[in-house]
Amino acid sequence: MADLTATSPFAGARLPQRFAGCTLEALPPAQITAVAPYPGQLAALRQTLGAFPGPGAVIAAAGGRLVWAGRGLALAFDADMPQGSAEHAALSDQSDGWAGVSLRGTAAPMVLARLLPLDLRRLPPGSSARSLLGHLPALILRPEALAFELWIWRSMVGSAMHDLTGAMQAVGARQALAEPPTG
Amino acid sequence: MKRRATGGSALTRARKLGFSFDGRNLQGLQGDTLASALLANGVRLVGRSFKYHRPRGVLTAGSEEPNALLEVLRDGVFHPNVRATVQELHMGLQARAQNCWPSVRRDVMAVNDLLAPFLGAGFYYKTFMWPRAFWEGLYEPLIRRAAGLGRLPQTPQDAPHERAFAFCDLLVIGAGPTGLMAALTAARAGADVIVCDEDRQFGGRLLSDTGQIDGIAGADWAAQVVTELHALPNVRLMARTSVVGAYDGGVYGALERVALHVTAPGHAPRECFWRITAQRTILAAGALERPIAHPGNDRPGVMLLSAVASYWHRWAIDPGRVVVFGNTDHALATARALAADGMNIRAYVDPRTDLGTDAPFALRAGAEVVATHGRHGLGAVTLRQKGRDIRIEADTLALAGGWNPSLHLACHMNGRPSWDTAIAAFVPRPGMVPGMDVAGAAAGRFSTHAALHDGARAAAESLAELGLTSPDLPLPLAEDAPYAIAPLWQVAAPGRAWLDFANDVTTKDVAQAAREGFASVEHMKRYTTQGMAPDQGKSSNMGALAVLADATGGTIPDTGTTTFRPPFVPVSIAALGAGGHGKSFAPERRITSDAQVRAMGAPMLEAGLWYRPSHFPQAGDRDWRDACNREVLHVRHAVGVCDVSTLGKIDVQGPNAARFLDFVYTNTMSSLRPGRVRYGLMLREDGHVMDDGTCARLGEQHFLITTTTAAAGEVMRHLDFVQQAFCADWRVRLGSVTEHWAQFAVAGPLADDLLARVLDVPPALPFMGCAGVTVGGVAARLFRISFSGERGYELAVPARFGAALFRGLLALAEGMGGGAYGLEALNVLRIEKGFVTHAEIDGRVTAFDLGMAGMVSAKKDCIGKAASQRPGLHGPERLQLVGLRPVAHGTEIAAGAHLYAPDAPATAPHGQGHTTSVAYSPTLERWLGLALLRDGRARHGSMMRLDDGLRGRQAAVEICNPVFFDPDGGRMRG
Repeated sequence: MADLTATSPFAGARLPQRFAGCTLEALPPAQITAVAPYPGQLAALRQTLGAFPGPGAVIAAAGGRLVWAGRGLALAFDADMPQGSAEHAALSDQSDGWAGVSLRGTAAPMVLARLLPLDLRRLPPGSSARSLLGHLPALILRPEALAFELWIWRSMVGSAMHDLTGAMQAVGARQALAEPPTG
Repeated sequence: MKRRATGGSALTRARKLGFSFDGRNLQGLQGDTLASALLANGVRLVGRSFKYHRPRGVLTAGSEEPNALLEVLRDGVFHPNVRATVQELHMGLQARAQNCWPSVRRDVMAVNDLLAPFLGAGFYYKTFMWPRAFWEGLYEPLIRRAAGLGRLPQTPQDAPHERAFAFCDLLVIGAGPTGLMAALTAARAGADVIVCDEDRQFGGRLLSDTGQIDGIAGADWAAQVVTELHALPNVRLMARTSVVGAYDGGVYGALERVALHVTAPGHAPRECFWRITAQRTILAAGALERPIAHPGNDRPGVMLLSAVASYWHRWAIDPGRVVVFGNTDHALATARALAADGMNIRAYVDPRTDLGTDAPFALRAGAEVVATHGRHGLGAVTLRQKGRDIRIEADTLALAGGWNPSLHLACHMNGRPSWDTAIAAFVPRPGMVPGMDVAGAAAGRFSTHAALHDGARAAAESLAELGLTSPDLPLPLAEDAPYAIAPLWQVAAPGRAWLDFANDVTTKDVAQAAREGFASVEHMKRYTTQGMAPDQGKSSNMGALAVLADATGGTIPDTGTTTFRPPFVPVSIAALGAGGHGKSFAPERRITSDAQVRAMGAPMLEAGLWYRPSHFPQAGDRDWRDACNREVLHVRHAVGVCDVSTLGKIDVQGPNAARFLDFVYTNTMSSLRPGRVRYGLMLREDGHVMDDGTCARLGEQHFLITTTTAAAGEVMRHLDFVQQAFCADWRVRLGSVTEHWAQFAVAGPLADDLLARVLDVPPALPFMGCAGVTVGGVAARLFRISFSGERGYELAVPARFGAALFRGLLALAEGMGGGAYGLEALNVLRIEKGFVTHAEIDGRVTAFDLGMAGMVSAKKDCIGKAASQRPGLHGPERLQLVGLRPVAHGTEIAAGAHLYAPDAPATAPHGQGHTTSVAYSPTLERWLGLALLRDGRARHGSMMRLDDGLRGRQAAVEICNPVFFDPDGGRMRG
């Protein structure tokens, strides 16, 4: 049998999309390791990794990013997990389970307001959150004020594209209608 | 009614808009509402009333409108019950009157009005009683045809609607003087403020009167404030947005009319349903003017005084000759101001005796309007003063019965308002909605000064709660005139006086309800339907309550109000359902081979949220069963390939992983050696079977368990709960890796041959063994497990390689006389083997029922074990898993059919069980079924009657062991 070729989770998706002053594009695939510290092992794990993110935090460690991803869970993006990490935490490769898109631009918060039930004032640049994007479970990162990384399950990419491009289209169409408020 | 040559603050005169009403081409102006445009064209008769089909005209200028409900063409269909006072005019708008035939002027059903003496409250309940046989056949269709307001479009509506979320420190509801003052105060303090107003323009009543603020026109002051607010980054101004409900946790629902005012909105959402979460809220929704119940008060041309003023100032509508009927100093002041502005007010009528003498119109003190005249519109009114009737020619009668604070939202969490005698109205109590303050006219403080002052006060209190400092903002100067009301709920004169215009409820109906014993306000409401129309009684509740109090001899506060419920204004289902329509209804989960299997023409079946191929049709197939049979035989005689990635895969790791699995599985997993796999059963806490699957030990502290496709979420949630609640200190962690791995079953006598050509180094795996392998250098996992009963494997690769691996496996399988198989074939294969799915594990079965009691280890405890041993969960009374075969080979059977003794009737008491799964087995060339049968295991070999009541089929069946094919398992083990 011939060698296996990799297929992008976004195969067939029309990306990038530009609407309404924001851009939606696929993020390059990442090496993602789920890191779940065992009870009582957080301090030891911190020592091994150099750091471990608290709720909502995104930190640089182990040569990559460690992203808080839920209760007792971080996702290590493109990190080299040091020897001994597995003694303090369960490590699972989840690289192919996640698909990431970048949404950036002035209208990005408005687009997300159509899908994400989160107060973005409480998601400052450099932080992460778990929530629903429409109906899809998602990991949301905000690297900059007007730039978001949305990580969703690979199997749901089609639904995510449908919902995100729909929201972008609606925001764009609204902008075309915009009129200054009158008193 | 006509348009004045000048004025109209809402209008852009240079932009004329063509529109049509009932087929007549008319012209309006940019800035018109449909109501103002109709009035400008002299159209006073806009619809027919609900019950009596009385001619009706525009009553109000706001969202509370009960009369002017029209059908408006949107996105190709006419939408009913559109309030003309809310619908903004746009080029090409098409509207038509509803509830009339053949036309609004000549409406056949107006005959109802002649029958009015017989059609009062309770008419239906009393009349359509006998004979009983007529209820459903005659009366109901008849009543249904006559009932209802407007006609629903008969086609699905696909126009875009959206939902959205917003968050703020302070939500200000209403942008009149109170709301603007509150918003300005909070905005300057740096709070994140959202201001919602129903109108296109901000300013509330300042847009409709001539009062001044700080020496300039109120409207100009509002414009200045709005300009400042608009420029601030911490303020969001949401026009055309009605806050419709108050909910727990500072959450408010709001409906925004995004593109209903646009001729060609394209992709723009027509409406948006907002969920606004606010730390603090100021309800500054103002007040609603109430009409007066006098005979003939529903004639087109009878309007609220506030509406007459609004149409005059904002839309330059000249109401012609006006009679004002009021009972407050405010009404008289308004009449004076309008007269000073040029309105032709012929008389001011007021039951109070001391009105003074100085007015530019006739002051009729101690007088009441007792009749109106005109067929399709008002021509004259009759007033009674000192026992003498005086007829005055008039085009418009302006009613001003006082003001009701708009406290609806404050009552949405079931708080009850209190009665304020000074203003003869209900006012909110503090703390009815946590975090909400009610200010200005909504709290019963009516003067402009009081509104501004109260807005500033409420903002300051909210800012203190938010930890912000109030800015030093001087209070603008404005009028502070006393309100002074003498309550007037109904005029004592012969003739019908309307309370609820929308549902055609008169003062007589309310009095009759009281007489017939429906004396509580909630009963009166249901008996008369008062307040149950789209306007929810905004103009009528107070009046009806007062009339009821009068009829029962009680007081208004003792009579009480009905319950205020969301939504404050009608919300379309399209807006409520936005975000859950079409493809947004639920996520679609797609397997990595999705594109390939669809290209092969496979119909897709939903399994949980996943889409899986049902079967793979080929030319010449008569139906799906031909394909299914072919695929089954591929597996039995050659090799088949099936995408099984949808099964849940949970990584269980840690020093205590084995102990944890022993706790959640009925059988022992700690004794499993690395490199081996075991079938496992999980129970719910109540002892019934939750799910089954496999458990592979990948390393000393590393297990991978699988779940069924649809139960993956439930099992993960269950395991998380068990871990957190019962063994939080155990060193074990769970992680879903379902999405990371694409997994394919390779099954059939030639499975080893196929894998030999796929794997870089094929391992020699025993049955129920597992190993790490490589495929073209890619690390993969191989499990020797079988759900088909054939020699079988499941091969898992990281999902990015799934599509390529499936293509490769498929090509090889086809080259070996096999091919892909879908869900249908998978189902047949497992039924032939008696393997269970959630068709059997239906939530009511125990391990005993499935014949798996032996899998519940006696040596250890597990979740659900104790409960599974309760009386009643085992023994001959239980429905037990059996196989069944029709006695006549060719007889088709169906799942869901019930089992009876051969001579027993097909009634519930005689039921012995039911079929859970059936299949035609191409391997055994007969129909097979799995069933749950009372004491089934003891009845192998007996004959039963299968009765399929749904399809009207019966069959004699033989009960047997559920494993039909290869009962000793030699094919999969060998």
